[in-house]
Amino acid sequence: MAASGSGMFIRCEVDEPAASDAAIAKQLASVCPVDIYADDSGRVRIVDSNLDECILCGLCLEVGPAGAVRVLKLYDGGRLLERPAAAGA
Amino acid sequence: MRFYEFEAKTLLGMSGVPVSKGGTALTADDAARIAGEVGGDVVLKSQVLSGGRMKAGGIKFASAAEEARTAAEQILALEIGGQRPRCVLVESKQPVKKEYYAGVIYDALAKLPVAIFSDLGGIDIEQVAETHPGHVARVHFSTFSPFPEFKMKELVASLGISGGELNALTRIMSQLAQAFLRYGLTLAEINPLAQLDDGSIIALDSHLDMEEEARDGQAALLARLGIGREETRLARPPTPFEIRGAEVDASDHRGVAGRVVEFDGTLGCVIGAGGGSLTIFDAIRKFGGDPANYCEIGGNPSVKKAAELTKLILSKPGVGKICVIMNVVSNTRVDIVARGVVKGVIEAGYDPAEKIAIFRIPGSWEDEGFKILEKYGVEYCDRSVPMSEAARRAVEKMRKAKGEPEVVA
Ligand code: SF4
Repeated sequence: MAASGSGMFIRCEVDEPAASDAAIAKQLASVCPVDIYADDSGRVRIVDSNLDECILCGLCLEVGPAGAVRVLKLYDGGRLLERPAAAGA
Repeated sequence: MRFYEFEAKTLLGMSGVPVSKGGTALTADDAARIAGEVGGDVVLKSQVLSGGRMKAGGIKFASAAEEARTAAEQILALEIGGQRPRCVLVESKQPVKKEYYAGVIYDALAKLPVAIFSDLGGIDIEQVAETHPGHVARVHFSTFSPFPEFKMKELVASLGISGGELNALTRIMSQLAQAFLRYGLTLAEINPLAQLDDGSIIALDSHLDMEEEARDGQAALLARLGIGREETRLARPPTPFEIRGAEVDASDHRGVAGRVVEFDGTLGCVIGAGGGSLTIFDAIRKFGGDPANYCEIGGNPSVKKAAELTKLILSKPGVGKICVIMNVVSNTRVDIVARGVVKGVIEAGYDPAEKIAIFRIPGSWEDEGFKILEKYGVEYCDRSVPMSEAARRAVEKMRKAKGEPEVVA
């Protein structure tokens, strides 16, 4: 089952099978600077109370297959946060 | 942070300024013992942080140990300005021939400390400056260059003082000014600075204030004076609103949001950044506004913290609107503060478009911040609108909401 959650300003979504991939769960929990992702026994869990703290850094978008993790700006018509440009690009 | 007189005198003594012989008493018995040790006539002074001690009966004289005991009993039982005395300072009574004033404060306009000297001591320096301006001399000095002792000599000499008196007063002015710099003080005042019958000069009373931010750097001094971190030394005890503000600020290590001071007004203030709080607060007052609070927000507080601060301010009875105004920010993110205040307003049950009089935070991530404000219909402006103009607009909106006529400033 995919993991997702919405705050007042930010929504995060993680598709299957990424959401139940233990390595991805561990990585997401580790990269997010404001603890929006938790590693729940090898599954991704979204920590709803932290969603609006998202600083739009895009680090989570680099985890897992392209497009499997999405951050939506609810205050901007649900616009998707884009993956940061590759270094040197 | 204000020092009690006995602490101020300890600090002056450490800096070489002569002070009276004596000690502090927690009980009437202590006071009698110290009076006996000092010998002769003594003065007993209530150690409170408020002024008006003499008028309130907090300063008494005694010529024997038994008299000192009775005086101390009365002083220890006396509340002054809502404060119980910390202790009683018992000192030898000095035969005063003449009284001077010596002070050092920070001149915010000149951005330099200024030393002030008067040959009319014992009364408020503001009063002397008003009624006898020719008896007050001032000189600025640098905080970077080596301390200019000659400037203190010129200061004292400018009031016509010469000879040994000039040398003694110059030395004390220099010691006071160097204590001001060394200990991170914002005010160092000796009043009166007395010349005794034998010609010596001595500090009879002193008022020292330390910069709040200097406390960490002065930890050793404060420990020596027995002042703990928990002692806020404010002019009055914090209100429940201010206590809750401190709790909000302490709830999350990210940034500052919650250093509040409560006022009676109706315009809530979420203000800050680089001295912005004071500027904005003053601007609101200048345009006839009535702030409900002072606060400091900055250092990129979390959304949760900004929201809790907003809710706290809106929970204050009588608050009609809030203004969110900051200096240009680089570290603090505009969008994060925008999320916080909008969330706080909504969670408090209000419409951000109606409750936020104006949002003026220019700086990093402002485009994202402005998108949030547009979505919620909040009036905002960028750096092309000065903080004072944003304050004026907020005051006008409040006035309109109250049905008051427009004021042209
Ligand atoms: S963009 Fe950054 S802050 Fe936001 S959820 Fe992803 S990792 Fe966390």
